[in-house]
Amino acid sequence: METFLGIDYPTLWFLVVGLLFSGYAILEGFDYGAGAWHLFFKKDLSRRIAINAIGPLWDANQVWLIIGGGALFAGFPVMYATMLSSMYVPFMLFLMLLVLRSSAIKFRSAEEMLWWRKTWDIIYFVSNVLISFLLGIVLANILQGLDIGENYSYKGGMLFAFLNPYAIIVGLTTVSLFMTQGAIFLLLKTEGRLHARLTFLLKKGMIFFIVSFAATSLYTLVFLPGVTDRFKETPVFFIVPVLAFLAVANVPRLISKKKYGTALIFSSLTMAFLLMLVAVQLYPVLLPSSIDPKYSVTIYNAASSQKSLGIMLTIVLIGAPLLGGYFLFLYKTFHGKVKLDDTSY
Amino acid sequence: MDTEILARIQFAFTIAFHYIYPPLSIGLGLIMVFFEGMYLKTGNKQYEVLTRFWLKIFAITFGIGVATGIIMEFEFGTNWAVYSRYVGDIFGSALAAEGLFAFGLESAFLGVLLFGWNRVSPKVHFISTIGVFLGSMFSAVWIVVANSWQQTPSGYHIVGEGFKARAEVTDFWEMVFNPSSVDRIIHVWQGAFLAGAFLVLSVHAYYLLKGRYVEISKKAFKVALGLATVISLTQLLSGHSSAEVVAEHQPAKLAAMEGHYDVKGAADMYLFGWVDDESQEVTGLKLPGGLSFLLHQDFDEPVTGLNAFPKKDRPGQVNAVFQFYHIMVSIGMFLIGLTLYASFLWWRGTLFDKKWLLKIFAFSVLLPQIANQVGWFAAEMGRQPWIVYGHLRTNEGFSQEVSSNQILFSLILFLVVYTILFLLFIYSVNKKIKHGPYNEAKNPDEFLKYV
Repeated sequence: METFLGIDYPTLWFLVVGLLFSGYAILEGFDYGAGAWHLFFKKDLSRRIAINAIGPLWDANQVWLIIGGGALFAGFPVMYATMLSSMYVPFMLFLMLLVLRSSAIKFRSAEEMLWWRKTWDIIYFVSNVLISFLLGIVLANILQGLDIGENYSYKGGMLFAFLNPYAIIVGLTTVSLFMTQGAIFLLLKTEGRLHARLTFLLKKGMIFFIVSFAATSLYTLVFLPGVTDRFKETPVFFIVPVLAFLAVANVPRLISKKKYGTALIFSSLTMAFLLMLVAVQLYPVLLPSSIDPKYSVTIYNAASSQKSLGIMLTIVLIGAPLLGGYFLFLYKTFHGKVKLDDTSY
Repeated sequence: MDTEILARIQFAFTIAFHYIYPPLSIGLGLIMVFFEGMYLKTGNKQYEVLTRFWLKIFAITFGIGVATGIIMEFEFGTNWAVYSRYVGDIFGSALAAEGLFAFGLESAFLGVLLFGWNRVSPKVHFISTIGVFLGSMFSAVWIVVANSWQQTPSGYHIVGEGFKARAEVTDFWEMVFNPSSVDRIIHVWQGAFLAGAFLVLSVHAYYLLKGRYVEISKKAFKVALGLATVISLTQLLSGHSSAEVVAEHQPAKLAAMEGHYDVKGAADMYLFGWVDDESQEVTGLKLPGGLSFLLHQDFDEPVTGLNAFPKKDRPGQVNAVFQFYHIMVSIGMFLIGLTLYASFLWWRGTLFDKKWLLKIFAFSVLLPQIANQVGWFAAEMGRQPWIVYGHLRTNEGFSQEVSSNQILFSLILFLVVYTILFLLFIYSVNKKIKHGPYNEAKNPDEFLKYV
């Protein structure tokens, strides 16, 4: 098997996909999170400002989902196909909600009518909450494993099989994590009374997050067998949960000091470390089979050919700096507080 | 209904709906680059007004294109799992390149394009417009490359057997430049330019008929007419060259397009007609030996007919392929005639004197859209029964574990959501057109006093 810097290609691509989904969670995390606060703002103007805070950014942030999905298809076609066809209903709902969410952003402020705006506000709020929740559902089900049989065929239920207690707890934790991230982001983008309201809301959000985070951690340790095996085998990996915990603990401290920029960095790091925790736990498996481990989808049986992975790694080496450049330019251009003008949503 | 049919209906519906928007974005993108470039060069405010006006319509179009496009990216996996495992190795690199090079470019610059007027210099804004336009052109490249590979696979070998069989890349550039990709990319771009140009033509013809915004409408109309004339003429060339590739690599598809069954006879070319698949006869107006002449410059040269293939290896819906193909060609021909005639009047200096001509232009916005749609229908239905030509059949490619109820559920959701989306699109574009290109300059401070 071909290697680069002593790491085999499927592992490298596993890292690429992991990085892309971390980027997606961090960036769309504050977008979805900001949207999940939407109905907590009472005034129409506050709602408009909140939407325009992510206005020029969300389309670009969403690209991380598109590239992540493409990277999964490209590098691990078996995983891409098996995961999406097994969890058909959750993913279809997820996709449909993405469409509704984009429509809400585009059309909400296009009309003055009260009923129009209120309807879109509800659609926007619900879609953001449910999208975040479904992402948690998917993640939890991957961690627990699916009923994958021979030839990657899925034998389990359509919808309620995925709504097990663990998945619901992880779903709620995802919502709370995104809401924290979203509130911190909005604090950076707003001023005046909306800003004051957000500092109040963020405190509630932090409590929601810490409670659900503790519940998830406990549930994982108690009910998910074998979840700590990897860490017992290779104790050096213990650094990941420790880092995750430190990042989590640092967020409220920074918020109370009103250092929102640094707080956003640390809540982003929290997401990155938590996803790393998932990655360490799973590797080299991508989708465990709960029927028999021999049916599990791994980075080796799911991977594209060495040749294809080599080409794609080259593409990433060329494309990543370009993408970084675009994002730097975009975020620099829209740095600072929201200012509404006639091009705003 | 069985899973395969439902999966096909859902895919056809979602892709056809999606395909309304990206061609418009590409076409409008090109015209906006021109308007804004002219504004920067000449300082003429009218071009700025035009840029800003079309940008608003572009924003809605682009937004719906992205939203419905994400669905497509994941629908391969949800509904066509076997196919996805089979082609992942090939499509992988094309999709990765599309995501990084094309989508990254267009989405990052989109924010600046839409909201950056007051934050960046005019030059940087112009660069952003170009960035978004180029990004949309690139995304067409990679997705057409992937589709063309399905039609005319090359640069690959098949590894494994039975369920584990899949195609793997052996030569990246041969895969990218497979026999049909270049012609089809050009053809698709041209279709996109026409979709955009005819929307601009239609809206400004409407203004001219109403006597509103006459001066800038004349400017915009001429820009779009120039583009439409050149493109509709040259699209004939890429279409012809595409047909030659189809003749060589997908003879059954070409035979279906003209309803040609005879194994070794000269093939006719129909202006219009109706294919009876039972009796294998076509009734209609034809040029005898026309297809033979088009391909071989000889009216008597035999062309491979449908009967040369066993029934299970040739398209099932011959009449549909025939009709879609002929609608596309007829519209193409009509657009050439229309734009040439209008250009002739432009040269004579009487372009805007004929009301009936402006009326035709006002309504012809639908024609490139229809041609784009039916062109793809012909291409994809003509590819049947293969999902990867000669290797994997459509009825082997769908997700085995997804039940028909699940697809019915998602299909109904799509129907509802997309209908609403389409109505919103029509409503808001119509509103922007009715409102016109000029903004009653809103005072930015007006918003702030509510804070």
